[in-house]
Amino acid sequence: MRVHLVAVALLLQVASVAQAQVYERTLSNGLKVIVKEDHRAPVLVQQVWYRAGSMDERTGVTGVAHVLEHMMFKGTKDVPRGEFSKVIAAAGGRENAFTSYDHTAYFQQLHKSKLPLAMKLESDRMHNLLMSEKEFAKEIKVVMEERRWRTDDEPRSLMFERLMAAAFQEHPYHNPVIGWMTDLQNMTAADALEWYQTWYAPNNATLVVAGDVRASEVFALAKRYYGAIPAGELPQRKEVGESVQLGIKRLTVKAPAELPFIVMAWQAPTLRDAEKDWKPYALDVLVGVLDGNSSARLNKSLVRDQQVAMDVGTGYDSVARGPGLFVIEATPREGKTVGDVEAALRAQLALLVRDGVNAEELQRVKAQVLAGEVYKRDSVFYQAMQIGMLESAGMSHKDIPVMLQKLQEVTAQQVQDAARELFNDDHLTVATLDPQPLPDKPKANRGAAHAH
Amino acid sequence: MLTKVITAVTLSLAATVALATPQIQHWLAPSGARIYFVEDHGLPMLDVAVNFPAGSGFDTAGKVGVAHVTFGMLDLGAQELSEDDIARRLADIGAQLGGQYDSDRAGLSLRTLSNAKERDVALDILARCLQQPLFPEQVLAREKARLIASLKEAETQPESIADKAFGQAVFGVHPYGWRAEVADIEKIQRADLEGFYRAHYSAKRAVVALMGDVTREQAEVIAQQLTANLPRGEADARIAPVMIRIKPSEQRIAHPASQSHILIGTPGVARNDEDYFPLYVGNYILGGGGFVSRLMNEVREKRGLAYSVYSYFMPMQQPGAFQIGLQTKKEQADESLLLVRQTLRTFVDKGVTEKELRAAKQNIVGGFPLRIDSNKKIIDYLSVIGFYELPLTYLDDFTDRVEAVTTRQIRDAFKRRIDPDAMATVIVGAPEEKIEQKK
Repeated sequence: MRVHLVAVALLLQVASVAQAQVYERTLSNGLKVIVKEDHRAPVLVQQVWYRAGSMDERTGVTGVAHVLEHMMFKGTKDVPRGEFSKVIAAAGGRENAFTSYDHTAYFQQLHKSKLPLAMKLESDRMHNLLMSEKEFAKEIKVVMEERRWRTDDEPRSLMFERLMAAAFQEHPYHNPVIGWMTDLQNMTAADALEWYQTWYAPNNATLVVAGDVRASEVFALAKRYYGAIPAGELPQRKEVGESVQLGIKRLTVKAPAELPFIVMAWQAPTLRDAEKDWKPYALDVLVGVLDGNSSARLNKSLVRDQQVAMDVGTGYDSVARGPGLFVIEATPREGKTVGDVEAALRAQLALLVRDGVNAEELQRVKAQVLAGEVYKRDSVFYQAMQIGMLESAGMSHKDIPVMLQKLQEVTAQQVQDAARELFNDDHLTVATLDPQPLPDKPKANRGAAHAH
Repeated sequence: MLTKVITAVTLSLAATVALATPQIQHWLAPSGARIYFVEDHGLPMLDVAVNFPAGSGFDTAGKVGVAHVTFGMLDLGAQELSEDDIARRLADIGAQLGGQYDSDRAGLSLRTLSNAKERDVALDILARCLQQPLFPEQVLAREKARLIASLKEAETQPESIADKAFGQAVFGVHPYGWRAEVADIEKIQRADLEGFYRAHYSAKRAVVALMGDVTREQAEVIAQQLTANLPRGEADARIAPVMIRIKPSEQRIAHPASQSHILIGTPGVARNDEDYFPLYVGNYILGGGGFVSRLMNEVREKRGLAYSVYSYFMPMQQPGAFQIGLQTKKEQADESLLLVRQTLRTFVDKGVTEKELRAAKQNIVGGFPLRIDSNKKIIDYLSVIGFYELPLTYLDDFTDRVEAVTTRQIRDAFKRRIDPDAMATVIVGAPEEKIEQKK
């Protein structure tokens, strides 16, 4: 045990040294700049995170955060349509953007010499975007195709969308990030422009630069390129919550598929104070106990021993602007029903709530967390992601070592207590996929190759 | 120091890039395995990957799926360790065991902390999985059932249906086109796995890649530890030749999805082919270069017809697929198909412009540092270089090979390889009226 404690101490030290190479400064216009120095390879990533995600949308314009993300590539007065991507590509860069419930972020990965170029382009579209009706008309079609591809024709995504809509009745996590199809059909360029004008401002953004850079140089460049952008007047954010659920909810989604599927989602807390909270850490550990390796409790009991399920998975995000869900999903094995799987899952959860977790399981999860902290440093991109996500959720990059420490301090009793409180049927939403056979089993057409 | 100053003022990207290339050490282990090693003490961790010519291309007629199940069972029981022992002991030290499996390759990979305490345990488990897999009967029965269920599920999903039909249309009876059916999996016996393992997971065919925080001496010991007790055989590591020329075909398959999934393609290029670089650079311009490719520009940027449209060459031991793919709502499937075919035809007929080629080179050469900026990416290159016996200078030469490509080479290579009139086309979720006509 002694040896292990020494190893833990060493690793925590490694982690805190790594975190010591993070520097932060806020420009006079409110833009927060965070630099993570990592000199292993001559590359860098620039990410700009806007604290505006789908949870900030209103009824009737769901999906607009994501639509605007697409429009951000359509040009400014100095950088015509398509030019942004061309210039980044010519500099050897990779770029993209992503939108989630909590935020919208843009990134470029480049050789370390290209930061001024990336900053010039990214700062330009922070305040000079052109919103062309013509470009909007094309791009909204692209987004509708994206929705069909990601959600409408993907039975499990579709089911997850409906599950969120059922689990959250007040909080805007109710709405899908991609938006409801009707809202996309009715969306206008003016909606996207309004979104841009409301939220895209330096004082609503975090700039993260990670890689082979010097913090002082990054700060100087940031001031030069972003410093002159005027701060915006941000609307007052209303605190939105979700009332405690008053009884189990069940829903079914029918879609073309062979296998049924079940998802159980419980209302769960998320981190608000990295120092004082303990439940979200206990739930993080609980995920590991249930599903942290292929012989962890759920896979071991449901898939390997009882063979009632094909596969099983557990998910929980402790970092979020809004309320959380603790999710367990499983696919019944042939000949078994979603009811069989639910019963088997419940039996496992009851066992855990009754008897708690053993020291070995707890230690195993903690070892995985620590090792993960080392592995994470192999990716400059991921390190920047972690900083950006925390900042966008209203926390700080300084919480990273705190969170690591707190996870190591979680006790078996805390995991059991958190589990007992969590697994309450009154706070549970259960969604099942009812697989529909293909109307015309494609055998009739398949294999019949036509020559021209 | 002087070189650094010079680099900073030099505009040539190639000069800065050359400095960053990892030093690959290569040797043959006493077991006969080929070893590729990059020593790097930047992080206290070690990555290891061990690959064999044992992918699906080595399945034999009547025994389709055996390669896949053999691979899948490697870490589900090995010399005195149950599948639970393996998973738990690795988790106890935070090690991660994974694998690679495709038409050519099969193998396991490991990421562990490099402290002797963790490293030794992790490598011991990896060594047992590679050299003494047990293929327990009960586990096999369970895994077969899981695989069968996932095959049935795949038969209802448009992407999988398209992939299967595409493989058959492009590769015909060649193993690259085979996809296991339920009946194939049902009849797999433990003896099949044993036989396949003994024939294809041999020391002489093993390729070991190591990247990270160990010394050369340690790497030599590890490489031997992982391969000394592998089967002795010398099975043929060659896959049968692929028929390069195919008959044009078009399959329209009904599906209730809102989008049509369209795949167009033909056999493309082998990994060690002279044409590889011209085709790679050319394809960047056609459909490989993200937002700036011709296909993306025509289909998405100009017309908003699809979210994703791409093309790629899959360079394998034998020519793997050249594939163009997109998804679009049914009503515009035929319009999109026509557009993609026109774009391809123009590309093959007229080739690329000097300006396009310059832009492509700027991206590929300028982006080279991003290809080798992590241990994970470097070990993936080590595995490929080792497996396909590419020159050890592959990474050093990469940017020069790209720079050397000419517009003429691209046009010439595409003309010889890609015949727009002889492509296989698969449309799953095809517009209904067209299906009626074709019946």
